[in-house]
Amino acid sequence: MNIAIVLTITIPLFSAIAMLAAWNRTRLQVVIGGISTLSYLASTIWLLVVVKVNGIQLLNVGNWPKGFGIMLVADPMSSLYLVLCAFMALMAYWYALSYIKSKTSLSLFLPVFFSLIFGLSGTFLAGDLFNLYVWFEVMLVSSFVLFTIGANRQQLEGSLKYVAINVLSSTFFLVGIGLIYGLTGHLNMAYIAKTLPLVSNQQLPSIAATFFFISFGIKAAIFPLFFWLPATYHTAPIGLTALVVAMLTKVGIYALTRFFTIVYPLQGTFLQTIMLILAALTMVIGVLGAAAQVDFRKILSFHIVSQIGYMVMGLAIYTPLAISGALFFVVHNVLVKTNLFFIAGSVYRISGSYKLKELGGVIQQAPWLALLFAISAFSLTGIPPLSGFWGKYLLARSGFEEGSSLVVGVTAISLMVSLLTLFSMTKIWNEVFWKPNPAGEQSKLTLVSLMKTQPGMMLSILTISLLVLAISFAPESLINWCNDSISFILERNGYIDSVIGYKN
Amino acid sequence: MLHRGMVKLIIGIMMLSYATNLFIFLIARITRGVPAIIGQTEEKLIPPYADPIPQALILTAIVIGFGIQAFAIVLIRKVYKVTGTSDMGMLNSSEKVD
Repeated sequence: MNIAIVLTITIPLFSAIAMLAAWNRTRLQVVIGGISTLSYLASTIWLLVVVKVNGIQLLNVGNWPKGFGIMLVADPMSSLYLVLCAFMALMAYWYALSYIKSKTSLSLFLPVFFSLIFGLSGTFLAGDLFNLYVWFEVMLVSSFVLFTIGANRQQLEGSLKYVAINVLSSTFFLVGIGLIYGLTGHLNMAYIAKTLPLVSNQQLPSIAATFFFISFGIKAAIFPLFFWLPATYHTAPIGLTALVVAMLTKVGIYALTRFFTIVYPLQGTFLQTIMLILAALTMVIGVLGAAAQVDFRKILSFHIVSQIGYMVMGLAIYTPLAISGALFFVVHNVLVKTNLFFIAGSVYRISGSYKLKELGGVIQQAPWLALLFAISAFSLTGIPPLSGFWGKYLLARSGFEEGSSLVVGVTAISLMVSLLTLFSMTKIWNEVFWKPNPAGEQSKLTLVSLMKTQPGMMLSILTISLLVLAISFAPESLINWCNDSISFILERNGYIDSVIGYKN
Repeated sequence: MLHRGMVKLIIGIMMLSYATNLFIFLIARITRGVPAIIGQTEEKLIPPYADPIPQALILTAIVIGFGIQAFAIVLIRKVYKVTGTSDMGMLNSSEKVD
């Protein structure tokens, strides 16, 4: 029995159930939520410490004979993702409490929010492909509901496409699982990794891997599978979907990294080249799409797509430095991007619009908000010494070190994309913060008055900004952790042997 | 799934998930009339037998698919009520640049 793993799964599950039981008693729900988000964060940090001290942690659910039952595996990479997820859940919870005004929405939001966290933590712990599929569905159904709460026209239209594309993605995933099972007779990733090289027809694993690539690619929003993202992310109120926006595409990246290192090493396969080219296209098209937009949240949504390109590029270069750079980039991106979305929501609260045309003068009105935006925007662009710089530095360095002309070309493209990102951020800065407010002069809001009107929102924005600054000025321990977790995964035998050699 | 009518989209989704389930069913190398049961005198299963695990997988997949289809049906009903059309081609207000 591994208590830390059990807790990270059960805390969100029982909170979701408790939330349903406390239906319509908002104050009780808020208290339960506060306790469980904090204890969830504590349990994930505990798991991280246990993994750091004792190495990989395993839990054989139900004590079935090895290789048959479901196994939960916490290696350094998944424990890092879990802490990130728990931290973002806490932030999103604070933000949502002060963002959502209607009691009915809040009552509806809280149970679904916790079942989303439940799905997310399961996804990061699953050691078995079919189990991963089930966790994906838990997470997706919760996100469907979060996107449709409120049910205005745009939200419904966006989520219909979102549902359809995700059903397609799940189907591809299932077909891939079926193929892999037919070839190896296993569902556990470590066992598959062991038996897959023994398959006589080596074309078939490639076909299965392509199915997985398409499925995870849809989740991660890789070109040309990203169109659902800019159609949905800006429709729902940001308070409701903050956690989805923060984590969902990164789950795709997590699954890609897990599958293409442990189960089916990407090195030297035909998918590696395809992935590199798609990464470059994702970066370029995401950032160009953003340049055409004139809505605060739509610009940010397209930028998510563009940033996903960097992470896929890291995976596709497939050197230890590149993949750990990509992992670092995921952490940085989740924090910074969510913070920008939060600030967009906060600006919306002040001025009542997301359209760049109707916004303006926020630097006069709320200088603190402008400062916090500047920190995150600079970090997203990659201006030293902020966190984005370290992420991009790691990726660029690994790309140039690898040295083949395709990789160097893609890396050069990624540096150009940074410039275009700067262009978009300047556009937001000019339109939202710098130019005079089209509605005339507004009364000035100090940090204290902002804290009074939107306490949870400002608190979460401030906390994330502080964490971004901390990572920017002291990135070493995070980079080391990323390096360790990726070298553990790339070595493969450590993972495979500890899963196969596990004793109940 | 490529049809523009919303109802046909749902039918497409259903067909697709049934096809996937059938595919996994066939992966189990089905046999006729031989149950996968270990007899009292035997130590282990004697071939030919159908692998029972994919059937358990399909059961899970059917339940999940059922849930998603139920959600999708309620969703298209709501979309129809709000927008007054069932043509997917008309539903692009969330993608317009304004």
